[in-house]
Amino acid sequence: MPWVWQVFLSCLLEKRVSLAILFSLAILLPFHTSSQADPVGAERQSSYALMSPDTKAMQDDPLLNPATFAVLDGQVLWQEIAGKKNQSCASCHGDATVSMKGIAASFPKFNAAGQLLSLSGRINQCRIEHQGATPFAFESKPLLALSAFVANQSKGMPITVERTPANESALASGQRLFNQRMGQLNLSCAQCHAERAGQEIAGNPIPQAHPTAYPIYRLEWQAVGSLERRLRNCLVGVRAEPFAFGSTELLELELFLAWRARAMLLESPGVRP
Amino acid sequence: MSKTSRTIVTMPATAKKGEILEIRIIVQHDMESGFRHTETGQRIPRDIIRDFRCTYNGVEVFRVELHPAMGANPLIVFTTTATESGTLEFKWSGDNGYASSTTSTLTVT
Amino acid sequence: MTVTRRTFVISAAAASVLPTLNAFATVDDATQAVDKILGGRSAQVGRVTLEIPPLVENGNLVTMKVSVQSPMTEADYVRAVHIVAEGNPLPNVVSFFLSPRSGRAAVTTRIRLGDSQRVRAIAQLSDGSFWQGDAATLVTLAACTEV
Repeated sequence: MPWVWQVFLSCLLEKRVSLAILFSLAILLPFHTSSQADPVGAERQSSYALMSPDTKAMQDDPLLNPATFAVLDGQVLWQEIAGKKNQSCASCHGDATVSMKGIAASFPKFNAAGQLLSLSGRINQCRIEHQGATPFAFESKPLLALSAFVANQSKGMPITVERTPANESALASGQRLFNQRMGQLNLSCAQCHAERAGQEIAGNPIPQAHPTAYPIYRLEWQAVGSLERRLRNCLVGVRAEPFAFGSTELLELELFLAWRARAMLLESPGVRP
Repeated sequence: MSKTSRTIVTMPATAKKGEILEIRIIVQHDMESGFRHTETGQRIPRDIIRDFRCTYNGVEVFRVELHPAMGANPLIVFTTTATESGTLEFKWSGDNGYASSTTSTLTVT
Repeated sequence: MTVTRRTFVISAAAASVLPTLNAFATVDDATQAVDKILGGRSAQVGRVTLEIPPLVENGNLVTMKVSVQSPMTEADYVRAVHIVAEGNPLPNVVSFFLSPRSGRAAVTTRIRLGDSQRVRAIAQLSDGSFWQGDAATLVTLAACTEV
């Protein structure tokens, strides 16, 4: 594949080191035989385990966790009246510490109308239907704050996404996407995160990629962000056109990842490098 | 700059005279360094907190000069001696008229 | 003016060493920043401990602790501690101004480091003397970034 070598050299020349390393992986991957099956059951591990002690401490202590501010913002928004129907989240759901317990751990899921929704999607659906308000923009601060606040109510609880007749087709799609080679680097999620989890790329250990901590404060972003944002980063990483926010592909991937991480405990909001 | 800007102060409410107290303070602020660019290549202007002061019953006991290399949501952990009961005031100020202040009461026995 | 080959070669060589805009600070910039703090005096090595993790997962938020051996009395205390980075776009990171009421000269904060580098801490004592310490760290980039 001579073109891969050309791109590799131009990456080096442009000093896009991380990209060059990914390309070298693409070159070497066919020859690198040490791979494994997707970790299951007790072999599964949150990416928390791979972090430095400093970053772990940042996540563990709410007074050090930069995402705490998003949770507090969300707590305020929960009480805020919005939209033509003059309702707040609290108007229907009351005390979030009671009503939202375990909720984030059950997403993504299908609603009564047969739409697959993530937690953010569900928050926006409530805004439209029950508050008569405009939905929050994808990755907007208020939406992330509410997601962080609601997800925080499931902290320490197991992910409860199971295979059901309602979701099995979307789940199968998500699994196909996980195993599908994509982008100029022609890599699938599985090749790094299932087969080579625990090995290193560009000096960083490869996590198994379980969505146990979302939304996260990613040090790279210097901000809180969603799983969709992170998946889009992965797609850029393999030089694929990232799927749009709210796209079926991202939702199906999210569904598959949540099912793959079923029974693992939520850490939201997490801190990740 | 963040739309809301909270400060979280962690310190004991009571202390013995002469005791050294650890104060931990974190403020919500993006600390836009001025070195980042938008996707279309435009530089995002610098917008940071520049100054932090702690006063104890009106007397300045600790001050910090912040530069763009200070991380987002600045966290500072420092110490002060419990001298008398009273109020500690924590003030942040910075670019674009940013100003934020929090107080904490301390009982010293 | 006639451009001889000689003038062309010399001006081309000169142009090639002109500083580029937006270049990261060099060790020289950091030295200049430190010299400005010292105001002509020199700093002895010692008394100052700068703790930064030797390997950093992401340079955007690095926990840093600086402490200075000092009795912190009215007669003998640490007046200021300045942190200077050798590999950031700007050398000055943060300056702490303490008082005898501080009790201890120990401050922790979180800073940005743009690259693997040496970070220096310069302490000024109440008697006007300067002491210094430093820490070197390796900063890695995330494998899958946004752009």
